[in-house]
Amino acid sequence: MYTAIGAAPIRAEDVLARVGDDADGAVLLFLGRVRREHEGRRVHGMRYDTYQAMAGAVLDAIAREAAERAGSDHIAVVHRTGELAVGEISVAIAVATPHRAEAYEASRYIIEQIKLRLPVWKHEHYTAGDSRWLEGAVPPGSAS
Amino acid sequence: MQVHFLLFALYRDLAGTEQLTLELPPGATARDAVDRLRRTGPGFARLPEAPVVAINREYAPLHALLREGDELALLPPVAGG
Repeated sequence: MYTAIGAAPIRAEDVLARVGDDADGAVLLFLGRVRREHEGRRVHGMRYDTYQAMAGAVLDAIAREAAERAGSDHIAVVHRTGELAVGEISVAIAVATPHRAEAYEASRYIIEQIKLRLPVWKHEHYTAGDSRWLEGAVPPGSAS
Repeated sequence: MQVHFLLFALYRDLAGTEQLTLELPPGATARDAVDRLRRTGPGFARLPEAPVVAINREYAPLHALLREGDELALLPPVAGG
């Protein structure tokens, strides 16, 4: 299992190379990228802010939970921070399992949990020159 | 006791700072600390009354008790991926 969050550009082939052996008949790679349009507005780029000291542990916990569900710890998750241009990879998830069902399930679990729990915030920049913080999710279990 | 506040993203922009330390009475909860923070200045008053918080880098409810030296982070709704 491998997880990382930081400002280094994500190379899909590097993330993919971290998972799988000859027992794994299924290898699944998910990439999230910065879209050029959002709610009808032309996007120029995106800044990802994070609570670095907390995010590493949350990402680790998510990957561990996915590994338990999949019965395989052949999982690599990398999340980007800082300024990204349109088309750049913001998140990469690689999962390798003996059969495909577990890989799809684990990959989906990881991205959904990232969106619910990972302390990351997106500041979207538009070609018109303005920027705004995107609406987010309230993490479960954090309510008063 | 001293509590170290961290503010992120929208909340940092509203408050105009990303960290500060305040003195709180013993027995204060996270909710007490947020109330105190919101009275610190005009920008802080724009923070929500009941934000999501993390104490020492773990999500915590607002009724959680704080201890000397705790790190209390106010987290806007998250938007990773």
